[in-house]
Amino acid sequence: MNVRAQIGTMFHLDKCIGCHTCSLACKNIWTDRRGTEYMWWNNVETKPGTGYPCQWEDQEKFRGGWEKHNGSIRLKSTGKARIVTNIFHNPHMPSMDDYYEPWTYDYQHLFNAPEGPDQPTARPISMVTGEHIDVESGPNWDDDLGGSPVYAEHDPNLAGLSEEQRRQLFSVEQLVFFYLPRICNHCLNPACVASCPSGALYKRGEDGIVLVDQKRCRAWRSCIAACPYKKVFFNWHTGKSEKCILCYPRLETGQAPACFHSCVGRIRYLGVLLYDAERIADAANLPTEQLIDAQREMILDPHDSHVIENALKNGISDAVIEAAQDSPVYKFVKVWKIALPPHIEFRTLPMLFYVPPMAPVMAQRRDGALDSVSDNLFHDIEQARVPLKFLANLLGAGQEGKVLYALRKQKAVRWYRRALTVGDVDLETARRMLRDADCTEHEAQAIYELTSLCTVEQRFVIPPMLREQAIESLKDPHEQKQNAGFGFLSGPRRGL
Amino acid sequence: MAQLLNYVDTALFALAPYVAMFTFFLVSIQRYRAQTFSFSSLSSQLLENKRHFWALVPFHYGILVVLAGHLVAFLIPRSILLWNSHPLRLYVLEISALAFGILSLVGLIAAVARRLSNSKVRKVTSPVDAVLYFLLLVQLASGVAIAILYPWGTSWFATSMTPYLWSLVKFSPDVTLMAAAPHLVKLHVFNAFVVIGLFPFTRLVHILVVPNPYLWRKPQVVRWYGLGARG
Ligand code: SF4
Ligand code: SF4
Repeated sequence: MNVRAQIGTMFHLDKCIGCHTCSLACKNIWTDRRGTEYMWWNNVETKPGTGYPCQWEDQEKFRGGWEKHNGSIRLKSTGKARIVTNIFHNPHMPSMDDYYEPWTYDYQHLFNAPEGPDQPTARPISMVTGEHIDVESGPNWDDDLGGSPVYAEHDPNLAGLSEEQRRQLFSVEQLVFFYLPRICNHCLNPACVASCPSGALYKRGEDGIVLVDQKRCRAWRSCIAACPYKKVFFNWHTGKSEKCILCYPRLETGQAPACFHSCVGRIRYLGVLLYDAERIADAANLPTEQLIDAQREMILDPHDSHVIENALKNGISDAVIEAAQDSPVYKFVKVWKIALPPHIEFRTLPMLFYVPPMAPVMAQRRDGALDSVSDNLFHDIEQARVPLKFLANLLGAGQEGKVLYALRKQKAVRWYRRALTVGDVDLETARRMLRDADCTEHEAQAIYELTSLCTVEQRFVIPPMLREQAIESLKDPHEQKQNAGFGFLSGPRRGL
Repeated sequence: MAQLLNYVDTALFALAPYVAMFTFFLVSIQRYRAQTFSFSSLSSQLLENKRHFWALVPFHYGILVVLAGHLVAFLIPRSILLWNSHPLRLYVLEISALAFGILSLVGLIAAVARRLSNSKVRKVTSPVDAVLYFLLLVQLASGVAIAILYPWGTSWFATSMTPYLWSLVKFSPDVTLMAAAPHLVKLHVFNAFVVIGLFPFTRLVHILVVPNPYLWRKPQVVRWYGLGARG
């Protein structure tokens, strides 16, 4: 057993209101520089929809992630032998057109325009070339199903849905969508890291954050194509890859990442997960249907004395183990099993989990009110407007069972709480639902509390990183007094 | 007049190569130390993805084979001559050398055309890039022209260029070998020195950081604070 700690994250999709506050918080801090304007390390997509970059989930097109090959796994886009042919031109790299050309507006014109019969306008200007452009797409052009025939209908997750289900999804009377906020998953088997010819990408041992070493990155662009979630971006101005850093400077000082902190729907949870690094290679190699369970298996019980002993042996501090015991992500993922990894079939073992969305709870029902005494109390999940198959393609590696389990439990919790507080459902039925959903009353109460009543401290259990101590052991901070920090400052200037 | 030409030849073919090599090493090392951040080729593939393929792939394959050919003739001239002693083999070698030369030239022209015509790519083209593209165009065009106008270059490179280059390596430059060469060949050789001298100031430095270690490293990289990378 090789115990490591990882900052795990969880998004509760049922609570996301699609406000994009998270995206803006991130943009304002990290990607407002030249060359990064088009990047959204955090973005929020409408599902069904094609997302950002357009159709990122279609790995026939972008060849991201891993694939099974002769009994083991290999990167879909590159590899030791294929690097020779791919290095001059990366055949699977998205271009700016797959994202969008960033723009601003010619605001000055509003002030400087010569007097005339019409109101002056502020025309869009490309932030790459500085020339006027006609804006034709943006990072969430299909927000709230805008332009469905062009976007939503090409969502790769619709694969395997019947004609009937598709029609149902898009018919005007029962149109349905939900939001999918996305950041880098800080995977356990990151394809981006494995693909980098320079070895510039790495996973931090202490907290599992995946970073790009800006000095070692040499613009070979392999990571951009290899990440199946398209969460490594190419800065065209500096010639470096950049990605979500999980706001590590904030985490190290005990603050939640900006997108987490600013989340209006309070859908985001963060906490330590202990996992067994020895099992990564084997787990990533299992048949698709076993991946979700295998990943859950790898995540270790932080209360188990054997695990604690091994964690201590690996230099994980008491404080971090305590944080792991308190971790809300651990509860949702491993104890309650209602949070699922996105597209685990890409085999990167993502460490960001999603609680699948319930809403709208009711399926179309002919006679109006919901029949609570029906024998099958969970009927509306199977008939829900978002077909189970769709959610399963996104969060269940294609298997409906895992998603169904999570949805049933959530529904049972709702009914249980409804029985307790509203009282229009009888408690016995609610208890029966809990039993059917593999949930105790105690657990239901805990899920309810952590979902609905959670405080900032309960959502974000940030371990003390002890980074200062680690730095102090190697560098004398006093030596750096009146200097410009520990890092390096070096512009992207090239040539003479 | 002859005297003057003599001086010119000495400057171009006995002095310039050393100046070029000197700046090449000195500036490359200095830039790697002082400006590691920019030690690469600023890729523009993100900005334009289609013509990038048709320009960069032929250019790189062409230039790699041509450079390898130069290197082989420099290192083992006798084997080349032996190979060429048979006319058919000579033709095969000559034609493939020319073919790869043309391939790289076509690729380079496509790359320049792409830089000029795409407004986004133009935005990431620096003055140094422009100088470099010009020098490379001269280099490849003169090389292809030589291959066409002065045939059997694979043989005469081995008999006259290789000794000249070795004389440089031995620090006793023999300019007479170059003085007799046609002007086009002189241009090709001198321009090569210019490219080498400017090498560390341009995007060409990416050649020095070609990622060989990738071939033997483990797929996953984990770094611990203060310990660096560990598997
Ligand atoms: S999502 Fe995974 S593969 Fe993609 S950048 Fe993040 S760690 Fe790398
Ligand atoms: S801030 Fe929170 S609620 Fe708003 S879009 Fe982002 S994740 Fe959803």
